[in-house]
Amino acid sequence: MSSFKTSVMFFRCVNMSAPQHPHLPGKAATPGAGDFSYVGIDAILEQMRRKAMKQGFELNIMVVGQSGLGKSTLMNTLFKSKVSRKSLVSTPEERIPQTIEIKSISHDIEEKGVRMKLTVIDTPGFGDQINNENCWQPIMKFINDQYEQYLQEEINIDRKKRIPDSRVHCCIYFIPPTGHCLRPLDVEFMRRLSKVVNIVPVIAKADTLTLEERDSFKQTIREELRANGIDVYPQKEFDEDADDRMINEKIREMIPFAVVGSDQEYQVNGKRLLGRKTKWGTIEVENIAHCEFAYLRDLLIRTHMQNIKDITSSIHYEVYRVRRLNETNGQPNGQFSVLLFFPLTHLHCPVKQQCGVEQL
Amino acid sequence: MLTSFLCTHTQTCTSLKSILFGRIHLIQKFPCSKGHGLFSTSIRPNVTLMHKGPCSTVEKGARAVPLAGHVGFDSMPDQLVNKSVNHGFCFNILCVGETGLGKSTLMDTLFNTKFEGEPTQHNQPGVQLKSNTYELQESNVRLKLTVVNTVGFGDQINKEDSYKSIVEFIDTQFEAYLQEELKIKRTLHSYHDTRIHACLYFIAPTGHSLKSLDLVTMKKLDSKVNIIPIIAKSDAISKSELTKFKIKITSELVSNGVQIYQFPTDDETVAEINATMNGHLPFAVVGSTEEVKIGNKMVKARQYPWGTVQVENENHCDFVKLREMLIRVNMEDLREQTHTRHYELYRRCKLEEMGFKDTDPDCKPFSLQETYEAKRNEFMGELQKKEEEMRQMFVQRVKEKEAELKEAEKELHEKFDRLKKLHQDEKKKLEDKKKSLDDELNGFKQKKTAAELLQSQAQQAGGSTTLKRDKERKK
Repeated sequence: MSSFKTSVMFFRCVNMSAPQHPHLPGKAATPGAGDFSYVGIDAILEQMRRKAMKQGFELNIMVVGQSGLGKSTLMNTLFKSKVSRKSLVSTPEERIPQTIEIKSISHDIEEKGVRMKLTVIDTPGFGDQINNENCWQPIMKFINDQYEQYLQEEINIDRKKRIPDSRVHCCIYFIPPTGHCLRPLDVEFMRRLSKVVNIVPVIAKADTLTLEERDSFKQTIREELRANGIDVYPQKEFDEDADDRMINEKIREMIPFAVVGSDQEYQVNGKRLLGRKTKWGTIEVENIAHCEFAYLRDLLIRTHMQNIKDITSSIHYEVYRVRRLNETNGQPNGQFSVLLFFPLTHLHCPVKQQCGVEQL
Repeated sequence: MLTSFLCTHTQTCTSLKSILFGRIHLIQKFPCSKGHGLFSTSIRPNVTLMHKGPCSTVEKGARAVPLAGHVGFDSMPDQLVNKSVNHGFCFNILCVGETGLGKSTLMDTLFNTKFEGEPTQHNQPGVQLKSNTYELQESNVRLKLTVVNTVGFGDQINKEDSYKSIVEFIDTQFEAYLQEELKIKRTLHSYHDTRIHACLYFIAPTGHSLKSLDLVTMKKLDSKVNIIPIIAKSDAISKSELTKFKIKITSELVSNGVQIYQFPTDDETVAEINATMNGHLPFAVVGSTEEVKIGNKMVKARQYPWGTVQVENENHCDFVKLREMLIRVNMEDLREQTHTRHYELYRRCKLEEMGFKDTDPDCKPFSLQETYEAKRNEFMGELQKKEEEMRQMFVQRVKEKEAELKEAEKELHEKFDRLKKLHQDEKKKLEDKKKSLDDELNGFKQKKTAAELLQSQAQQAGGSTTLKRDKERKK
């Protein structure tokens, strides 16, 4: 299996000198030798890393798109294992559900000591009915329910050490490769959902488009997104600094990624590669000349995963929280604290004195 | 039965949906690989699959899946670390100890910088806490270090309340964080965390035992902050005395139930060293910022006529151990303990104090919101009641005053009447008198006129009589 080195393209190169390992006395390190100015603050990086490895990570990805666009295959390709619903269902018949269902499956995967709990949320039935009105509603409800659950746990008095994070971090939206423009369903869905979750649009089954068609399709899609005010990940407004903006601009010029998924390996040039074999050639999934799967994978997993999670927790979740707390408060001004009544205990005394009744 | 149930998965999908709790339609089943032939389905929202399988490291919940190639998420710790580096770290240390025990010097030595300040006087009236924040940077790590010093600790004659200002300070920091966390529009991401992560408790090097002030203070602080006791100015104690001193201190702490911070031993990489260090507590330290030439190097040391105490020499003092444990190995753990244990405890107590509960004995847990609503209504009701009360009282007072005023008015009227009457009486009397006077006057006048008349008559007659008399005489 060809192992891809970390793509440097999207990775912000932080010049991180490897943290010196803590001087463990008893390990033959001469105490104080040349160590005057070295306090050891940067050892905290190592400590954080250790803690992170011990705790493990969580990632929740939702895939949305019409049936037959290769969602499950793409998930399997992304994580190089059978993580999708399709692989688990053993029944041969494929049934298109009458209404949208939301199916969530969790997996524990581990790589080089890093453990991750990956949850793939599938939405079979999206866009498959004749009348697709409001098909985004169950999805929005699901996403908001996850936020709600997190909020409830956070508000508890006795709360867990680590609140289990089931919030949807990223939603991959599959655009069918028509080559023309976005359909009204796509626009509607993305418009609504880009406000609550990070959306990454991809062009599914991109092996049906030639390179020129692909480029013009992408151009059209980008224009339409801009025209409709849809902010997909990486959102312009959340760029933190110039470096970020530079990297993200490059990404923004490439979305939506045209991907091809496959979980079968073929022999190409003496190597075994994931690909799709056709009569006219073999499409290598991880070859950037063929499709942009590698970019998607790098974006999602290798470089921007933490950023995606951060945006979910510090922006989308906070927006939900503000809205929710304001609803029950009835306060128009969001500046009030949830607990307005600290003065409840002080209520008894000062009121009478201030009344000035005594002065009559 | 189980298998048949699962084979009809497709048909039961819709009916199961109606049974499920509305939130997530979660149906998970999977053929157990390697042919166990066991299906297990649990239908509960949010995962919890019970799967017994040959796969390694099965967490409760998800199934473990082997990867067929390099995916790349092993860069996650790097991403996380990068983010933290960009964001910066913050660390807050509280130094508690009597004046003159070398707290500031030790901080200077630990972090290799000259922090501010002149030594404090001994005549402070109460214990105050002075906090200073510094931005340190080492390689690419930026640290916002806050050092809080207790000023005047142990200097008063009556030290009963010494610990109170410290506890108050710590609580204030927790409170600030709690307030920020409970705000509706909050910015936890960029919030400058001022909660105390570590408390270095400086024990005076008497060589005997802990002072009672120390015991009391530490007992009050142990549930609020991570306490690391250290023996200050330990070059005043000899080696043998030191071991006895340490044993005495630890036994006193244990017998009084003081929970000092234990270095964590659950992570294999550092378990061993932490365990050893736990046995060396309390650390006997010497601080110095002056450098002395030993051999051909300049080392931090204190020079005496009888020798030089090298700060970074492990045989001389435990400074290196302290630096190791505090900064290089456990800084992150200290921060985590503060957040997950001490802060949570504070939060729980505070919220319970304010009257929130988590669960209703009947059924589902209360949300903070509902409790808040209830409290709010209660509050509004009380407010209205008080308003009413105030209004009533006001009205009543007004009435009273009015009555009083009426009374006064009436009185005044009466008085006026009385005075008038008096006046009239006087007047009448005077008139009477005048009348009588007039009468007298009149009478007198009459008498006078009568007398005059009489006199004039008498004169006439008298003239004649006198004539007569004269005649008689002449005769």
